Amino acid sequence: MPVPPLFRRVLANLAGKGITLFARIVTAPRAIWQGIEPVPRQRVYFANHTSNGDFVLIWTVLPAMLRRRTRPVAALDYWLAKPLRAFIGRDVFNAVLIDRRPEARVDDPVTLMTQALDEGASLILFPEGLRNMGDDPLLPFKSGLYHLARQRPEVDLVPVWISNLNRIMPKGEVVPLPLICTLTFGAPLHLEPGEEKQPFLDRASAALLSLRGEGTA
Amino acid sequence: MTTSPHLIWLLSGVAVILIIATLIGEALRARLAPDGSNPVIENLNARIAAWWGMVVLLALAFIAGRPGVVALFAVLSFSALREFLTLTAKARADHWALLGAFFVVLPLQYWLVATDWYGLYSVLVPVYAFLLMPVVSALRGSPKGYLSRVAETQWALMICVYCVSHVPALLSLNIPGYEGRNVILIAWLIFTVQLSDVLQYVWGKLVGRRKLAPELSPSKTWEGLIGGVLSASAIGASLWWMTPFTLWQAAGLALVVTLMGSFGGLVMSAIKRDKGVKDWGHLIAGHGGFLDRLDSVVFAAPIFFHLVRYFWA
Repeated sequence: MPVPPLFRRVLANLAGKGITLFARIVTAPRAIWQGIEPVPRQRVYFANHTSNGDFVLIWTVLPAMLRRRTRPVAALDYWLAKPLRAFIGRDVFNAVLIDRRPEARVDDPVTLMTQALDEGASLILFPEGLRNMGDDPLLPFKSGLYHLARQRPEVDLVPVWISNLNRIMPKGEVVPLPLICTLTFGAPLHLEPGEEKQPFLDRASAALLSLRGEGTA
Repeated sequence: MTTSPHLIWLLSGVAVILIIATLIGEALRARLAPDGSNPVIENLNARIAAWWGMVVLLALAFIAGRPGVVALFAVLSFSALREFLTLTAKARADHWALLGAFFVVLPLQYWLVATDWYGLYSVLVPVYAFLLMPVVSALRGSPKGYLSRVAETQWALMICVYCVSHVPALLSLNIPGYEGRNVILIAWLIFTVQLSDVLQYVWGKLVGRRKLAPELSPSKTWEGLIGGVLSASAIGASLWWMTPFTLWQAAGLALVVTLMGSFGGLVMSAIKRDKGVKDWGHLIAGHGGFLDRLDSVVFAAPIFFHLVRYFWA
C-alpha cells in the first residue's frame, strides 16, 4: 500500500505521541536523573531489557527535544516481520535495525551504530542482546557496547536501570498492570586507556546494576 | 445538588488562605533566594502551587455534584492504588488478581457508592475481595511468599479503595434537616484534616523538640502533633454553623478526625520506611505522591462516616 511520504511522516508523528501518552497512562514513568542531566549531548543509553516496552519508556521520559534525535537499536528480524511493526519501528522510532543472525546479515551491527552516531543521533541499546526472562537481574553483556566505546570514545555511555516493567507486563500476559515504572539514569562511562573488552563490559554491567533499588524495586 | 452559600464561604476562605500563603512564599523567595537556589523555599512554593491545583479540582467536583465527587475520588483511588501496589510484594501468579483490584474491585466499589448501595459497598472489599482475590492467586499456584503477597494486596485495597471511597459515601447519608448539603461534610472533613497536617508542620517547625517516632518519620514531633491537632480542631469547631453539628459536637468530631489523620500519617510513614522509600510517588510537585497527601484523609474518612451515620443520619 503506497502512502505519500508527508502523510506517512504526520502519521508517524501522531503514532509517536499516542504511544508515549499510552506509556504515561499505563506506567506513570518516573525518570531519576542521578548521574546526568537531560541535556542535548550525544549519548548511548544502555539499559536492562525485560520487556518489549523498555525502549518506549526511555523514549517517553526523554524531553521531546532529545527524543527526536534518539534512536533505539533493535532487532531487524522482529521489527520487520509485520507491516505495522515495520511502520512503528522504522517510521515512528526511526530504529537502527540490526540483524542478529551473523550468517544472514549484510551490514555489521557496530558499523550501523557508528554510522548513526556520526549522523548526530543518540542511541538506546540493550547490551544483554535479548530479553531477560530469568531470575538473574542482568545477563552477560554482548560486545557491541565495547566496540562502540572504542570506536567513538567521545560519546557518553549512560547506564539506565528500568525497574518494574517485568511486573507490569510479565511474559505471556496481554493486559498490562498499571504500576509505576522508574528509570534511573546513572553517570556516563567511557573506555579507559588500555582497558580490555571484558573488564570494560564488567564495569559497564556493574554501573548499571548499581542503579538498582534507587527507585522502587 | 445546588452550590450552597456555606460551600462558597468555605472555598473563599481557603482561597484567601492560599493567596496569603502564595504572597508569603513569593516574598520569601524574593527576599532570600530570588534565583530559586533555596530548596526549602522552592519546595514550599511548589507545595502551595499544588494546593491551588487540588483546591480547584475539588471545587469543580463539588460544583459538578455527586457524579463529579464520586469520579474524582475514583481517580484518586486509582492513583493511590497504583502507588501502593508498586511497592508491595507480588509474583507473576498474582497478575490477574492485581488486574482485578484495578479494573474490577475499584470500579465496582465506586459504582456501589454512586448508586448508594450501602449494604454492599461496606463489605465488598473486607469480605468479598478479601476472600476471593487470594483464590485467584492460589489458582495460578506459586506458594512462595503467598501470605505476604495476598495480605499486602488486601492492605492496598483497604487503604486506597475502601477507605478513600468513604469520602464520596458521605454524600449518601440522610441527615434530617440537612438534605442537599452533604457536600459540606466532605469539604469540612478534608479542610479540617488537611489543615491539621499543615498546622502540625508549622507547629513542629516553630516549637518542635521531642520526636514522636524518630525511626519512622524524623520530622514528626509531639509539639507539632498536639499543637496541630488542637489548633485545627479549634478551627474545625468554629465552622460548626455550616455543619449539622453543635459547636461541641463539631469540636469532638474535629478532634477525632485530626487524631485519626495524624495516626494515618504515622502508619503510612511506617510502611514507606519498611519499603525503603521517602515518598509514595512523584506526580504532585512538592508533595510526592497522591498517597502522601491522602494518608490522613484515608484514616479519618471511614470513622467520620460511621460516627455521623450512627448519631446523625
